[in-house]
Amino acid sequence: MDYYYEDYDVAVIGAGHAGCEAALACARLGLRTIIFTISIESIALMPCNPNIGGSSKGHLVREVDALGGEMGRNIDKTFIQSKMLNSSKGPAVHSLRAQADKSAYSREMRKTLENTDNLTLKQTEIIDIKVENGAVTGVVTATGGIYPCKAAVICTGTYLNARCLCGESITYTGPNGLKAADRLSQALMDKGIEMVRFKTGTPARMDGRSLDYSKMEKQYGDRRIVPFSFETDPESIQKEQVLCYLTYTNDETHRIIRENLDRSPIYAGVIEGTGPRYCPSIEDKVVKFADKERHQVFVEPEGLYTNEMYINGMSSSLPEDVQYRMYRTVPGLEHARIVRNAYAIEYDCIPATQLKSSLEFKKIKGLFSGGQFNGSSGYEEAAAQGLLAGINASMSVTGREPLILKRSDAYIGVLVDDLVTKDIREPYRMMTSRAEYRLLLRQDNADMRLTETGYRIGLISEERYQKFLLKKTQIEQETQRVTNVRIGASEKVQTFMSEHGSTPLRTGETLADLICRPELGYDVLAPLDPERQPLPAEVTEQVEINVKYRGYIDRQMRQVERFRKSENKLIPEDLDYADVYGLRIEARQKLAAIRPRSVGQASRIAGVTPADISILLIHLSASDREHAHTDEGGRSES
Amino acid sequence: MRTDTIAAIASGMTSSGIGIIRVSGDEAVPAVERITKLPGGKKLSEVPANSVNYGYITDPEGSHEIIDEVMVLVMRAPKTYTREDTVEIDCHGGVVAMKKILDAVLSCGVRLAEPGEFTRRAFMNGRIDLSQAEAVADIINAKSELALNSGVKQLRGNVAAKIRELRNVILGAAAEIEAFLDDPEHYGDVDFAGKLKPAVTGYLSEIDRLIDTAGSGRFISQGIRTVICGKPNAGKSTLLNALLGEERAIVTDVPGTTRDTLEEYLSLGGIPLRITDTAGIRDTEDTVEKIGVDKAVKSVMNADLVLFVADGSAVLSEEDTKILELSSGRRTIILLNKSDLVQKTGPEDLARFSSAPVIEISAASGSGLDALTAKIREMFLGGMLSSDDEVVITNMRHKEALEHARESLKSVLESIDAGMPEDFFSIDLTEAYQELGYILGEAMDEDVIERIFSDFCMGK
Repeated sequence: MDYYYEDYDVAVIGAGHAGCEAALACARLGLRTIIFTISIESIALMPCNPNIGGSSKGHLVREVDALGGEMGRNIDKTFIQSKMLNSSKGPAVHSLRAQADKSAYSREMRKTLENTDNLTLKQTEIIDIKVENGAVTGVVTATGGIYPCKAAVICTGTYLNARCLCGESITYTGPNGLKAADRLSQALMDKGIEMVRFKTGTPARMDGRSLDYSKMEKQYGDRRIVPFSFETDPESIQKEQVLCYLTYTNDETHRIIRENLDRSPIYAGVIEGTGPRYCPSIEDKVVKFADKERHQVFVEPEGLYTNEMYINGMSSSLPEDVQYRMYRTVPGLEHARIVRNAYAIEYDCIPATQLKSSLEFKKIKGLFSGGQFNGSSGYEEAAAQGLLAGINASMSVTGREPLILKRSDAYIGVLVDDLVTKDIREPYRMMTSRAEYRLLLRQDNADMRLTETGYRIGLISEERYQKFLLKKTQIEQETQRVTNVRIGASEKVQTFMSEHGSTPLRTGETLADLICRPELGYDVLAPLDPERQPLPAEVTEQVEINVKYRGYIDRQMRQVERFRKSENKLIPEDLDYADVYGLRIEARQKLAAIRPRSVGQASRIAGVTPADISILLIHLSASDREHAHTDEGGRSES
Repeated sequence: MRTDTIAAIASGMTSSGIGIIRVSGDEAVPAVERITKLPGGKKLSEVPANSVNYGYITDPEGSHEIIDEVMVLVMRAPKTYTREDTVEIDCHGGVVAMKKILDAVLSCGVRLAEPGEFTRRAFMNGRIDLSQAEAVADIINAKSELALNSGVKQLRGNVAAKIRELRNVILGAAAEIEAFLDDPEHYGDVDFAGKLKPAVTGYLSEIDRLIDTAGSGRFISQGIRTVICGKPNAGKSTLLNALLGEERAIVTDVPGTTRDTLEEYLSLGGIPLRITDTAGIRDTEDTVEKIGVDKAVKSVMNADLVLFVADGSAVLSEEDTKILELSSGRRTIILLNKSDLVQKTGPEDLARFSSAPVIEISAASGSGLDALTAKIREMFLGGMLSSDDEVVITNMRHKEALEHARESLKSVLESIDAGMPEDFFSIDLTEAYQELGYILGEAMDEDVIERIFSDFCMGK
């Protein structure tokens, strides 16, 4: 028999990286929130790699932080090695990545959840969502309990109908042997939600004592550690870091893999799900890049609590005996003892085109979703969506406008727009090349881009906001100042120039002009700039970037202006595409299926041509005028 | 209120080679019906409203010969832009055909529209509602359909192949940079600047060549600007008359449709020639003397094609070589005229002053004109102008896209010279890739990502 528990504003299903952000956002916004998980021990679990951040993913973490999310703070507390990737490249592609102590990461997040007001944790499986009149009214547990709620956020990750494959051995479990959620998927399908099947994989974990590190290259962290969170004091996190190691596969490894491909569930056709191209299994690498003589293998600690090592780069679903033989061909792994086997996991998720840009289901009011359930891959992608879904669930409950991030606002905007617009056929990973305005969407200015929004929503404290405003003003004033200060061609200046390998000045130039010279920069020019006031490094960094890349940045800003026009041209949610005269059938079907929010989004749907967009625009402006005309009660002819 | 019926060329002369002639007013359908031939003898007045009809426009006078293959769009009042009956004739024969069709329409009791008259009528006729959208939607569809059909034809196989090839290498270069940025630990440091500089310079010269030949695209849609020159009595007007006198179309000027009024159009073997300075050339034999060397210089400099007429029955004079020198920078054909008389100058004499091809003709008897036609075709559609790897672009829009691509590639070089890191290069490479895609009608979508995954083994 069904029985009812006390009601909540928001129910979050799943406590992975998406679920934690969603629940924290809702609770912090003052909503009575409950978060369900199959296992309290697996809160913010990192069942795959032990990293947070990385190319473009680091951007996502920074953005989550700027909006008031938790991931950045949590990794700052629990990292054991940190590196700024691409630091020799342009500032837009600098990306922070940290090795996490997995257990500490999970524990810290759990502590945060447990100490957040308005948030209840509950270990149980959700098997159904109650929907009445097209809106969420509650969630149903496996034990028959009904929790009434006004909004629900699905963050089930890889747990729905999950099965793990290790060669011929198949288990119907979620990651790491945890229980799968095998009933919610069907319940969602019964409500008309379309599901697809994706797969991903993870490599073996090995006993560190069995590895010979002398045969591997050492991988160090950065000397100066940069925090993820804009709130973390950099001084507070400078600490001793662990080592990672690099080794390589070889001919022998590849031979063993090739000879046993028929025992791989993927190549034997047992796996039906689509896997990511970004993190291919070692089998895929060997087959698809047959001419590559070797592949990199990074050996990374899982944490300080354990000597388990993560064998990054060699995920596999080959049988255990093949795994042993294959791994042991790699220098340093000859005597490896495998603690946990590599495996592939298959799971149900949705084509996210069923969602609005707010991550709410188009069909069901108050039902939101985030993370791998939406067809993405990666902890950071999950956290970003979870945060947005949580914020918008709150907005929905409190009757506020949803937060929509545009492609020109944030990587999160790119991520969500791609998911809800494109025909995604593999787990979606964020990549820097997906962001067309990446010179504006840097990891270093995530706070400049999003703190204001986070504050408006209510996730950024007044204190943090004031600090942000001060930083913003300092950046603006100092940028202005260096643009105005002129440096004369004095003897002292010319000597300085030649000392720094820079061409002498012909006439006076502004400080900004000099900062632009590749061999010079803001800090270098201090001796020529006596009026300079001491400013925090994060301020002068912004000044330097603003000045040095101004031409490029301005150009992208102009592109964004054009882009915004079509983004801001909204399409009525109830538009009947059958009424749009002149649309081609293909365009009509695609548009009717996806129901884009804006003309901009419509233009990004595959199969919708510029001509279709013109026709749509004409229809929209004509019906606007028609309405205006009707409202005015007719217009007199002159 | 009854209004008279108006017509005009609705598309710009520089558009994709597709011309739209718009006719609006009560008599639009009956007028166009008189010059339209639809398959199966269908009548234009009986076709459904908003239908696009494939057919022919025929000459209303005498022979009723076919002027051009067209799409005729019939829209019924009030669901039209002007809220009057409107007929749109979409033709793809370039300026020559467009003007002939407009002529034909005007000969059926329709007058030429004043500038902006269509919009004015739309306004005067009042209510702005969905019908406007429908008319415009139809046009857009008809246009894009036509552009698709004729655009593909215009883009000769080798052009498309060339652009595809260029796109492919540019995409490869961008994807390599992007792959390295996305997976920095996998791929070591590469000197992209050093690697890209010669490559991009190479792409740029490819694009310059494509833009060069895009000029010949304009020739197809707007006529080749041709100057006939030569010293007095060489036989320039005889030649012009011979060209005009053959069974070839003469298109006279229609006010308001061309910018240059003193131009003569003729179609030679299907290639439209726009002979400039007609008055000068036709009224006097003494172009050089009368107009002066300065004027001759100017008209030659502006020409796409110089037809230099030399008198084969006379000894080559200093005047001849001077004029030949003038035309040395232009595409020139030397016509050794009066081949029917005793020859005092031969092709070998001319070869000493010019590398231009020489054709022996007799403007009086018409002999050699076929060879001239063949030579012009060869020059503008292939052969000399477009050697095997060169290409002809028949579309100004294409040229514009090429120019944008060139700008983007130049930005890559600028970034390299400014010592910028490679993530800046790939942004502009990607833009160039996208611009070239417009020519082929291909969107970018996930191309960079796809290429990264196909070329590089990504991720740990």
